[in-house]
Amino acid sequence: MSTAAPTTSAPEKRKGGFTAAASNYIDERTSISTVVKELGRKAFPDHWSFLLGEIALFSFVVVLISGTFLTFFFQASMAEVHYEGSYVPLKGIEMSVAMASTLDISFDLRGGLFVRQMHHWAALLFVAAIGLHMLRIFFTGAFRKPRELNWVIGFVLFVLAMGEGFTGYSLPDDLLSGNGLRIIDGMIKGMPVIGTWTSFLLFGGEFPGTAIVGRLYTLHILLLPAIIVALIAVHLLFVVVHKHTQYAAPGKTQQNAVGPPILPVYAAKAGGFFFIVFGVLALIASLFTINPIWNYGPYDPSPVSAGTQPDWYIGFADGALRLIPPGWEFVWLERTWSFNILVPLVGLLVFLGLVFIYPFIEAWITGDKREHHIADRPRNAPTRTAIGAAGVTFYAGLWAAASSDLIATHFKLTMEGVIHSLQAVVILGPFLAYFITKRVCLALQKKDREVVLHGYESGRIVKLPGGEFIEVHQPLDEYDRWRLVSYESYAPLMIRPDARGRISVWQKMRAGFSRWFFEDRIAPVTRAELEASHSDHH
Amino acid sequence: MAQDDNGGTDIAAAGSSSHEHEVAASPGTAVVVADGFENPGFPPHRKRVTDEDPKKAKTAERAVYTMFYLSIVGSVWAIAAYMIFPMESNDVFDVRLNNLSFGLGVSLALLAIGFGAVHWAKALMHDVELVDERHPVRGSEETRAGAVKVFQDADQESGFTRRSVIRNSLIGALVVFPLPAVVLFRGLAPQDQDPVELLSHTMWTQGTRLTLDPSGVPIKASDITIGSAFHVIPEGLNELEHHRLEEKAKAAVLLMRLNPEELNETPDRADWSYQGIVAYSKICTHVGCPVALYEQHTHHLLCPCHQSQFDVANHCEVIFGPAKRPLPQLPIAVDDEGYLVAQSDFTEPVGPSFWERH
Repeated sequence: MSTAAPTTSAPEKRKGGFTAAASNYIDERTSISTVVKELGRKAFPDHWSFLLGEIALFSFVVVLISGTFLTFFFQASMAEVHYEGSYVPLKGIEMSVAMASTLDISFDLRGGLFVRQMHHWAALLFVAAIGLHMLRIFFTGAFRKPRELNWVIGFVLFVLAMGEGFTGYSLPDDLLSGNGLRIIDGMIKGMPVIGTWTSFLLFGGEFPGTAIVGRLYTLHILLLPAIIVALIAVHLLFVVVHKHTQYAAPGKTQQNAVGPPILPVYAAKAGGFFFIVFGVLALIASLFTINPIWNYGPYDPSPVSAGTQPDWYIGFADGALRLIPPGWEFVWLERTWSFNILVPLVGLLVFLGLVFIYPFIEAWITGDKREHHIADRPRNAPTRTAIGAAGVTFYAGLWAAASSDLIATHFKLTMEGVIHSLQAVVILGPFLAYFITKRVCLALQKKDREVVLHGYESGRIVKLPGGEFIEVHQPLDEYDRWRLVSYESYAPLMIRPDARGRISVWQKMRAGFSRWFFEDRIAPVTRAELEASHSDHH
Repeated sequence: MAQDDNGGTDIAAAGSSSHEHEVAASPGTAVVVADGFENPGFPPHRKRVTDEDPKKAKTAERAVYTMFYLSIVGSVWAIAAYMIFPMESNDVFDVRLNNLSFGLGVSLALLAIGFGAVHWAKALMHDVELVDERHPVRGSEETRAGAVKVFQDADQESGFTRRSVIRNSLIGALVVFPLPAVVLFRGLAPQDQDPVELLSHTMWTQGTRLTLDPSGVPIKASDITIGSAFHVIPEGLNELEHHRLEEKAKAAVLLMRLNPEELNETPDRADWSYQGIVAYSKICTHVGCPVALYEQHTHHLLCPCHQSQFDVANHCEVIFGPAKRPLPQLPIAVDDEGYLVAQSDFTEPVGPSFWERH
């Protein structure tokens, strides 16, 4: 190692001026050049459906920015005051400090309503974008190895986002959110053994108490955001480690990642998209009212308005409560068993649990241990797509049930009729959706085969010398063909006896699942088939 | 072909079959097509109009910087709107104007940056895609062996496996040490409360007058006409210094007067009503929403939260919806001055079910 060089001279580095000097200064203290060289020119696959995750990320950033502003003005106290702000209809009304400070943000702070509405809209979009992002991942099989753990992290983020939403919704201590809390309290009390005490621990005594807003505030602005930020960091780190998936296209393989480089094109597009998401949320916040707590008034356990609705992402849980038939509650062993609460609670947990572990279930059934970087077209995994459609139908049925009263009044139907129909949707709908979706997928696959084998209809009618009319079919070029034939196909698992000549129950079960998954399958066109079809025509 | 994981190569360099990866690990039940098509490689690159026509490129450039200038206009407008549109007049219209004008300025500022940047990227930046090589996520055999070696050395040097008593006692200590922190959270609920006791009683006692919610004005039986319904709270609730909302959350009552012939009362509760006037807890037995909607001609009560329906004519038994138990009835009578009073507290806990309730 040479120590002879004079330490102060760096004659050539001066050339680049300020930028070079600053870069040099930072790099000598952070080694940032390694990161720039490593990541700066990574190819980032591009597709509109990849934007859903970005919307989730960007709307979360908007939530953080707007929420931080709100913390400077919101006061999470349930102390009673008489409202003395600008909103005349509520003047002199007794309410909590939380409600009064929320009204002050809305009516006495310039731009306060704008930020509050942006915060609420961004939160709604955050959960919605996560949901759609998860559907995209599900239907394209992007959760497969090596990305199973990132699916799990994403799922946890989805649950935390709903938790953030609900805690934030409850903070203003208005009539609507207070009723929401009362429902939560009722659900908690209905849980066996721990319910009553859990309710008292949560509310610091009897409902509503004077503690809950402060407690939810700590969760809302400290604990949950910290966990979410940490998990997002891990989530994105995994994207870097795995590299993004890509759709099948000519030139794209399992061994490469094709797309514009992070610097400059991807950075410009994603950075620009952040501003578009931010801007659209700002536009919505300036034009559309959300959560007008001044119309609801402060929380009071006695009044409630008809047509109460939770925020959209809690709807499925509220709907589940509504769909339980009368009488599902029993006294047994001198204890109350509230199945009208337990069944929806356990049902939703099972549903969410299945979503949570789906990647592992499918991996077990297919036995596929390879890495997958080419995202599936949904039609090419008919059973998975059908399962997804069934899940969506189940969720949608519960979700619609959260508006059962509004459906009944808007369409002039009976309450009972709407509830019974939605019960049928939730129980039978998934089977119907499964069946239809699977058939549609298989039909689309057949259509793909036909297009590959016989070309697409050109619309050109030709009269043959014999007087016969035919439509000329235009064969696909090799690039278009590749998109239709490059998918993977699976055969059902064959049961084979083990070394001792036995077939385990486990093996049988797996074979059964495998048959269910892959019995109906349309194989991709092979070269021989294409050749054969050509010779047919001539 | 020289593919560089960091730099990426030009797109023309790639083009391998997707079937290669199938040899990597167990494909499970995947069918490996022997006669499959070859990946044709990247299609020829198509140039954009802005690559071929300098005039179009110029137009795009102009559009991009116009957007960015527009963004500045939006920001300046938002600042101006903040000052031009005050909202200290107590007039809701001014709030709306402030929100709208400030918000539109911010929206323009943000959207213009966004559209400008995306347009710049799509129309003007170099649009040839790069190709990165993927590597298996798992570490190389050498790295993995190195990692195993690290753990083995650490184990050897610490005696983690060998000194099993030390190890197990440490694990035990680590499991137990968070427990005091868990116990600390017992403090979330008050120490001196018995939840079951609290949930089983309300403010109502013998002789408590029924008063209007929210004014607290006592109600005379003679003022209740047939078919009417009133929201009721116990006398003295509004004067409570503490726990007003907690008491109200249990004590809220709905008072209705029906034609006495329409009221089907069981013999044991025959004297709980007064000339067709009945009082029922307003707190839903499902999860505790106020059952606030009364349909006069059917005598049905509807909970607006989950649509449980209760039949007032039959002791508020459930006729539809997820609730199981009837709304508890408050026994009422009339005092010497003709005011409605409670005969006693509710005879059962009101509101949602809880575990210890029976």
